[in-house]
Amino acid sequence: MNTDISASTSSASLGADVQLDKRSWFQRNKLQVAPWIFLAPAMLFFVVYVIAPIFQSMWYSFYEWDGIGEKVWIGLDNYRELTDDDRFYTSLWNNLLWLVLYMLAVPAGLFIALFLNQTVTGMRIYKSLFFFPFVISQVVVGLIFTWFYNPNFGIVGKVWMFFGADPPSILGDERFVTYGIIFAGLWPQIAYCMILYLTGLNNVSPDQVEAGRLDGARGWKMLRHVILPQLWPATFLAIVVTVIGALRSFDMIAIMTQGGPYGSSNVLSYYMFETALSEYGFRMGYGSSIAVVLFFIMLFFISYFLWVMYKDEREA
Amino acid sequence: MFPRPIEKATPAVQTTYKTFLPVALFIWLLPLLAIFMTSIRPAADINSGNVFGWPSDFLLIENYTAVFTQSEAARYFLNSVYITVPTVIISVALACLAGYALAVYRFRAAIPLFFVFVAGNFVPFQILMVPVRDLSVQTGLYDTVTGLVLFHAAFQTGFCTLFMRNFIKALPYELIESARIEGVGEFQIFWYLVLPLVRPAIAALAVLIFTFVWNDFFWATVLTQGEASKPITAGVRALNGQFVSQWHLVSAASLLAAVPPVAMFFLMQKHFIAGLTLGATKG
Repeated sequence: MNTDISASTSSASLGADVQLDKRSWFQRNKLQVAPWIFLAPAMLFFVVYVIAPIFQSMWYSFYEWDGIGEKVWIGLDNYRELTDDDRFYTSLWNNLLWLVLYMLAVPAGLFIALFLNQTVTGMRIYKSLFFFPFVISQVVVGLIFTWFYNPNFGIVGKVWMFFGADPPSILGDERFVTYGIIFAGLWPQIAYCMILYLTGLNNVSPDQVEAGRLDGARGWKMLRHVILPQLWPATFLAIVVTVIGALRSFDMIAIMTQGGPYGSSNVLSYYMFETALSEYGFRMGYGSSIAVVLFFIMLFFISYFLWVMYKDEREA
Repeated sequence: MFPRPIEKATPAVQTTYKTFLPVALFIWLLPLLAIFMTSIRPAADINSGNVFGWPSDFLLIENYTAVFTQSEAARYFLNSVYITVPTVIISVALACLAGYALAVYRFRAAIPLFFVFVAGNFVPFQILMVPVRDLSVQTGLYDTVTGLVLFHAAFQTGFCTLFMRNFIKALPYELIESARIEGVGEFQIFWYLVLPLVRPAIAALAVLIFTFVWNDFFWATVLTQGEASKPITAGVRALNGQFVSQWHLVSAASLLAAVPPVAMFFLMQKHFIAGLTLGATKG
C-alpha cells in the first residue's frame, strides 16, 4: 500500500518499486505522460498553422515562385533585390515612423486614464464609452477617418475652409499620408492603453499614496516617484501591445490608401501582401523575403519581451 | 487614490470637471457620432455635399434595411458568426488543456513550450501568409469558413494558452496535490477540479477572442475570395466599392459590423477587461 502512494505521487521512487508494481506502464508514468496528452491538440494546431509556416516562409524566400508553377531556387537574389528596392526602403522608413509615433498612445492613454480615475456618478459609463474605439474593427475606423480627411466634404476640409484656407488632401499627399493614417490608428490604441492604465491605477496601493502625501509629494512628483513605479506592469503591457500593433498595422493602410499615393504610405506588412497577393503580381518568394525581414524586426522585440517575462517568472 | 479625488476639490473645480467630462467624451467619440449621422441621412444630402452636417431627413430604419436588401450584408454577417463562434470554442478548449499541462506539471519542456506559445502569438501575420494560404488551397479549405476557423483557432491558441496557463498557475497547487493523493485520475482532476475554477478565465478569453476574430480583416482578405465565406469586415470593404459614393449605406453597414463586439463588450465588460489586462484585475 505504502509503495503504491509513493509511486503515484513522486517519480523519484519509481525505479526502486518497479518490481513490485503491477500497474500498467501508463499508470506508472502518468505524471510524465499526462502533460503531453494534454498538450498534444494545441501543439498540433500550433505547429501546423504557426510554427511550420514560419520556417516555410524562410525557405520560400530563396525561391522565385508565382504560387502556382515550379519554384526556382535563386539563393539570396530576393534579398539582393531588396537592398536595391526603393519601395522597400519607403516601407521600412514608414514602419519606423509607426513605431515611434504609435508610442504616443502610451502617455496619451495614461493621461486619459488619470483624467477619468474619479468616482463621479456615471463614471463607469464614461470609462466604457472612452474605450469604445478599441472594440470597433480597424476597417471601420479606417473608413471613418478616410471620410474625415476628405478635402471636399470631410470635417478636416470644413475646418480648413472655415478659416478660409484651401483644405489639404491628407491621404492624397505623400508628405502627410502616413501621419494621417497613424493619427487614425492612435485613436483605438490610446483607448487600449487607457484601459490598461485604469486597471493599473485601481491596483495602486492607497497606503503608499497616503504616505507620499504625508511626505509632501503632490502632482507630478507623486506621479513620477510613487504612482509610475507601481504602474510598471501596465506600462510594460502597453508598450508590448503598442509595438506589436505598430508593426502589424495593415488594416488601416489597406482601407485608407492601399499603400498609396505611389507607395508612399506603404509599410512592410502591406508591401509584402501587395507583392505576393495582388494585382501587382504573385511574387511569393520575394514577398516571403519581405516577411522574413519583418519577422526579424519583430523577433528583436519579442526576444526582449520574453526576456522580461522570463525574469518575472523566475522571481515569482 | 491618484489623482486626488475630485470630491475633495473646491466646488468650482468640481463643476468644471463635471462639465468638461461630457465635452471630452463628445470630442473623443466625434468620429463615431459623425458616421452615425451619415448613416441616417438621405442620399440627396450626400450628393449635395452635406455628409457630416445636420441631416435634412432622418432615415434610420430605411437606410439600415437598405443595407440588407441591396447587398449581401446578411450573408457576410452570418459568415462572421460561423467563423467566430467555432473559433472561440476550439481555441479556448485547446488552451484549457495546454494551459493546464503547462501550469500543473513540472517537466523540463514546460517553460520553453510556454514561451513558444507566447512568441508565436506575436509573430507578424505576413510570415505565415504564403504557407497558410498554400496549405488551404491544397487541402481544399481555401475560400471556406472551415479554413478560416482552423487557422484562427490555431493562432489564437497562443494567446489563450498564455492566459490560461497563468490563470491556472495562480490556483492553489495543494488542491491538485491532495486530489492526486486521494487517487483521483489526472483527467478527472482537470475536468472536475480545475475546469470549474477557471470559468472566469474562459469567459474572459471567449469575449476577447470573439472580438479579435470578428474584427479580423487580414486573414479574411488572404483566405477568402467569393461571397460564400466572406466575413463582415471584408464585406464592408466590398460594400465600399459596391455602393460607390453611397456613404450613408456604407456607414450604416460599418456600424452594423461593430454591433456584436460592442454588445459583447458592454455585456461582459469585467471579463473583457480582465482578458485585455492579462488578468491584472484579479488583485
